[in-house]
Amino acid sequence: MNSSPLLVAEDLSVVYSGSRGAVTAIDGLSLQIASGEFVSVIGPSGCGKSTLIKVFSGLLKPSAGKALLGGTPIDKPRGDVGIVFQQPTLLPWKTVLNNVLVPVRALKQDAGAAKEKAIALLKLVGLEKVIHSYPSELSGGMQQRVGIARGLIHDPELLLMDEPFSALDTMTRDHMSIELQRIWMATRKSALFITHSIPEAVFLSDRVVVMSAAPGKVVTEIHIDLPRPRSVETLADPKYVQYCAELRTLFEKLVHFD
Amino acid sequence: MRNNIKAVVYPAITAVVLVVAWIVSIRVFDVPGYLIPPPENVLSALKAGYIDGQYWPHFLFTFKNTVVGYLIGSGLALVLGAYVAESKTFERFFFPYIVALQATPKVAIAPLILVWFGFGMASKVVLIALMTFFPVFINTITGIRQTTPAMLDLMKVFSAGRMHVFFNVKLPSAAGHIFAGLQISVVLSLIGAVVSEFVSSSLGLGYLIQSASINMDVSTMFACLFSLIVIGLSGTQLIRFLHDKLVFWDRRTETIPSE
Repeated sequence: MNSSPLLVAEDLSVVYSGSRGAVTAIDGLSLQIASGEFVSVIGPSGCGKSTLIKVFSGLLKPSAGKALLGGTPIDKPRGDVGIVFQQPTLLPWKTVLNNVLVPVRALKQDAGAAKEKAIALLKLVGLEKVIHSYPSELSGGMQQRVGIARGLIHDPELLLMDEPFSALDTMTRDHMSIELQRIWMATRKSALFITHSIPEAVFLSDRVVVMSAAPGKVVTEIHIDLPRPRSVETLADPKYVQYCAELRTLFEKLVHFD
Repeated sequence: MRNNIKAVVYPAITAVVLVVAWIVSIRVFDVPGYLIPPPENVLSALKAGYIDGQYWPHFLFTFKNTVVGYLIGSGLALVLGAYVAESKTFERFFFPYIVALQATPKVAIAPLILVWFGFGMASKVVLIALMTFFPVFINTITGIRQTTPAMLDLMKVFSAGRMHVFFNVKLPSAAGHIFAGLQISVVLSLIGAVVSEFVSSSLGLGYLIQSASINMDVSTMFACLFSLIVIGLSGTQLIRFLHDKLVFWDRRTETIPSE
């Protein structure tokens, strides 16, 4: 982690001009992600977490500041970012395999050559038995695994995940956290994981970044020093509990529940 | 009984009951044959029509016009709908007028179309196409516009080309809506066919109904009505079949296996 960071955001601001005047979604945010690092961003609703994803994926130009990936500015969508959405967002008319190949075809790369890689990724996410099924035949958790495989198919430098488990039930969610850790450890991609859930963030991350609400900026960050692979036992580890408590206290101060 | 047997037998029972009620009520209430024909008269009209062959030219005329008009109308609707949904400029120029035309009762234009396109097949096809056009047109626009924004974001992240996005995401997204429009248009196209023949024609099932009404020949009217129902039903069934085959993801309600 001594090499220069993969993702650098410096003094990033995003201002939306709406019908009721300008709204500052992100205000002077700075953030770095090292190569191979798993970083979670948590924050109250409306803190601009999803806006951050849009900036890093090149869908939205920041109003001020800059975002660099691998040293070059992100000023338009580029092929070296993978993205996993809140909803699985699969194309219901394509099989699981062809859904994973969507980025390859959109990028006009050779889908035939990528097929084996897609199958290997589906194996990695535990879906080798449903390669030729359609999304409607899969459960929510399985659909989101397809989403993760699709996010990784074009070998992105950075995987962006926008609350990918928020649509799942609690049991599936816990299981998916363990699965995601396993997948991440197998690929070692840099990951930016947006979530509402403190336990999820602590469990998965090397570092948890806390954002404040409107306008969004980084309030603090905590390094999570827990050995990997983390498992169900980790949840009972006093250090894990301590991290969660620390973040929860921080949140109480941050959000004024009124 | 298995469900697919029930699906055939139950409506057949209804049909038998209705025909019996038809026969009995004519006898009991002594309805004159020039108001409601007894079934045997309708059957003999159908026999004269389709076995002896008097109806075939009329049936084929109406059928051909309907199919041609339907294909032209829905084809144009699909292409123009896609244009309007994709191009803001195109929409700004034309959409208000298209909406105004939609609000116009097309049947009222029938005499005008007759003046412009003559007494032959052309005027019929034009009215049918016009009737078919709007449901498909509006549904195409709605369908394309309702593409999930996240799906479009996904394509944008990978800088997918416009055509690629249209054919791989937008068109399949809209397919369910488009088929719903195509379904509505089947019946509308038949209305167009019959009305255009009412206005002026010397051929077709609509013409046959009108000329039979002058002679108070209700058996022929019934026979022609049944013929139109057969065309309408075949059309809607064909579209339903294509919908299920081509847009298989649209109505699928399978139980979701647990992980």
